[in-house]
Amino acid sequence: MRLAILNARVIDPSQNLDKITSIFLSRGRIVEIADEAPDGFTADQTIDASGKWIIPGLVDLQARLGEPGSSYAGSIASETRAAVAGGVTTICCPPDTSPVNDSQAVTELIQRRARQAATAYVMPIGALTQGLEGKLLSGIYSLVEGGCVALSQANQPVQSALTLKNALEYTASLDTVIMLRCEDQDLKNNGVAHDGPVSSRLGLPAISPSAETTALARDLILVEEAGIRAHFSQLSCARSVEMIAEAKKRGLPVTCDVAIHQLLLSEMDVLGFNSLFHVSPPLRSLKDRDALLAGVKSGVIDAIVSDHTPLHRDDKLLPFGESKPGMIGLETLLPLVLKLVQENQLDLDTALKAVTHTPASILNIPTGSLENGRPADLVIIDPEAIWTFEEDKIVSEGKNSPFVGWEFIGKVEQTFFQGRPVYKNIEL
Amino acid sequence: MQELDIDVNALIDKMTAELKPLLKKHPGAKMIGIRTGGEWIAQSLHQQLELTDELGVIDISFYRDDFSKIGLNPTIKPSHIPWDVEDQHLILVDDVLFTGRTIRSALNEIFDFGRPASVTLVTLLDRKGCRELPLQADIVGMPLKCEQTLKLTGPEPLKVMISEPAEVSA
Amino acid sequence: MKARLTAPNIQLNEQGKLKHLLTLEGLKQQHLLEILDTAESFIDPNSNKIKKVPLLRGKSIMNLFFEPSTRTRTTFEIAEKRLSADIESLDIQTSATKKGESLLDTLWNLQAMQADMFVIRHAESGAAHFFAQHVAPHVHVLNAGDGQHAHPTQALLDMFTIRKKKGDIFDLKVAIIGDILHSRVVRSQIQALSILEAREIRVIGPKTLLPENPEALGVHVYHDIEEGLQDVDVVIMVRLQNERMKSALIPSEKEFFKRYGLTEKRLALAKPDAIVMHPGPINRGVEIDSAVADGAQSVILEQVTYGIAVRMAVMSIIMSNAAQLAQQQAEQQEREFNLESEAEVEGAR
Repeated sequence: MRLAILNARVIDPSQNLDKITSIFLSRGRIVEIADEAPDGFTADQTIDASGKWIIPGLVDLQARLGEPGSSYAGSIASETRAAVAGGVTTICCPPDTSPVNDSQAVTELIQRRARQAATAYVMPIGALTQGLEGKLLSGIYSLVEGGCVALSQANQPVQSALTLKNALEYTASLDTVIMLRCEDQDLKNNGVAHDGPVSSRLGLPAISPSAETTALARDLILVEEAGIRAHFSQLSCARSVEMIAEAKKRGLPVTCDVAIHQLLLSEMDVLGFNSLFHVSPPLRSLKDRDALLAGVKSGVIDAIVSDHTPLHRDDKLLPFGESKPGMIGLETLLPLVLKLVQENQLDLDTALKAVTHTPASILNIPTGSLENGRPADLVIIDPEAIWTFEEDKIVSEGKNSPFVGWEFIGKVEQTFFQGRPVYKNIEL
Repeated sequence: MQELDIDVNALIDKMTAELKPLLKKHPGAKMIGIRTGGEWIAQSLHQQLELTDELGVIDISFYRDDFSKIGLNPTIKPSHIPWDVEDQHLILVDDVLFTGRTIRSALNEIFDFGRPASVTLVTLLDRKGCRELPLQADIVGMPLKCEQTLKLTGPEPLKVMISEPAEVSA
Repeated sequence: MKARLTAPNIQLNEQGKLKHLLTLEGLKQQHLLEILDTAESFIDPNSNKIKKVPLLRGKSIMNLFFEPSTRTRTTFEIAEKRLSADIESLDIQTSATKKGESLLDTLWNLQAMQADMFVIRHAESGAAHFFAQHVAPHVHVLNAGDGQHAHPTQALLDMFTIRKKKGDIFDLKVAIIGDILHSRVVRSQIQALSILEAREIRVIGPKTLLPENPEALGVHVYHDIEEGLQDVDVVIMVRLQNERMKSALIPSEKEFFKRYGLTEKRLALAKPDAIVMHPGPINRGVEIDSAVADGAQSVILEQVTYGIAVRMAVMSIIMSNAAQLAQQQAEQQEREFNLESEAEVEGAR
């Protein structure tokens, strides 16, 4: 199947490309981006994409797919459909499945289901410790062999410094990345909201920034000592951005990401006790949010993730503190990133890089780019479409999004995965 | 619409005269006015009759039977009955007797304070013919027709304006 | 980017009147004064006693205590009985709700039993808001304490007591001493005092027992009790829970009393006619000296009677507002119907 998409504005930060041109695909790969078809290329199908944008399919370093297990809503089939509806074609799924992805068997199960769904790349992340309990190391080598692109503890950081030190040192000799989420459980003290004016007013058990920063300080030192490549997940505090900047300046091989909702929401949204705003790490102050945005702008923060967490309805039908933390995000990642661009919080190149090329290169994944020969994962966007995110149109099995009712400019019109159309907006 | 001015003082005098025999029979009788109009009338009667016991005042807002329709009266004040009701002869004073529901509420409230020996009902005006409960006044300043609506202002000077509905032309 | 600074106030109805009482935050002075004034009318000025009235006859009130509290439950029950409501009290252990039946199922089940009002006590901050968001439109929710968030009726009764003793709250300096951080009562007291425009609100305690941003609550912070008590009109003591020692927030009861306990000597620093309040139960010798608790300036026992009147006021105002709203809507409907029929007549001509 040979496909020609003509006259689009093709934007690919990996090649510093942003111009009106055409793109030619064959056998699931990109053949060339050029104004004219390459020699001997005859298209089976031609799409006129005048006035549209083409960007690489998004790469999301953290999205839960609800499978295996029933602790989250959805399945690999349903959540990959949600992903491509939002223009995401590569998804890294954290190991907090049920059972935990701490063995090759679970990794293979995830891969098999993803192959069956054939909607997007699903890259499993293996558990660093057995059952994510933070005590015994999992079969790290087997997990990497089995296809895990990284190792992590999901939202359950290793509390024992010694265990983490051992895990880092054991893994250091393997060519892989450890993803660390920093949170000291003692300091978190069962908190549910940022320690600030809002938690003071609402009497919600508070999580001080030190719960993140002390853990980050510890982990940075252990990472440096082990000499391993580490990626810090979901920063939420201004101080954390400074610490990462400092570490990078000293030449540590570290990268980090932030969840998209941290760039748009803040503790203020928790007023009213709406459990949809209950996330981990918590929504923090406006000052933190601004620092995170500045971090993305300056490149200290490398990637933006959705932290997609599809939950069952009952998980959120509880008072704020008792509700399960997390929100869905695959379908809103790109619209929210574009919103930040439209509001001049980020420039288009930086914003797109943070959801395509950079996350892919952090994990050595060959996607997130429109270079010749790469898998033809791409998104056609109608940059002028004005639309509202409505609950009954959510593709994900989880409906837990606080962005329902938000109006966006720019909509995914079509998504291609390995050269095949996997999503088409029927309304257009 | 016609408006009539009523000489309230003359009516008070008339009611005072009619109450005197009762006081002869029960010299210790005590008086209660129903807030707000009844309280004003009761004050005048209390003064004219030279009663020694302090005037009691009840606010029937908590006892109204139309709470679920109109809610709470915003100017509600506590009832004030400064003596024991038990076994007393009471003179209950209101400004207008209309459906009888106010008096029902007042009686209920009085009985929550205790069991009086008797209750005599006194009203300045009686809009006859609109009663919804089997209650009649013992002493009436002036009878009115049901259709006559009125407005009482007070306490000083006490004035009543009565409006007659215009004759409906055939 | 627009920051949504205020949450929609779900406790007010279309007429801007109280529909639920979840927190005092967001209420206006007129709302509080209406409650305090109405409470006044329930108290017989001669005997200082509260008479039973038939106001809520036929209304059904359910007290749902997800967190046990005999004292609060009892005052609510007395208040409901004095209003002649039909009442039902249920102790619902959270463990039972966690076993299968969801919290909302429990609520909807009880709602189906013809409840007009739920009085709710729950260990989770925001629980009352949660219930208010999910009950049927004709059902009212009264917060009897949710987590560390709010305890509005307790704070209102404190305001009632202050007003009784000191007249207008405007112009008073009030000091609140002790565990500010974990206390829902204090949070509500601070809101009530700000709404009623108290001249100064002080909180006194060690940093471990104060919220991270006390200024966000609009208070002045003192770590030194002697300094904080200077010249105040009202002293409010807060009960110290045992757990605070266990979680290493303060060393010991003995040390707390030494540093923050209210003694006669310290009370002398306040205005000579200052009053001392405590929501109870009192830890004698921990936060307050017996001589002060039983002393002439203490109004601790009077607070209990006032608590009943204040709760009666809140419940009758909420039911009254509902009645008025329903009446207004019925009239509106009737007007619309009349207009429609007039239009039809016009059309027929």
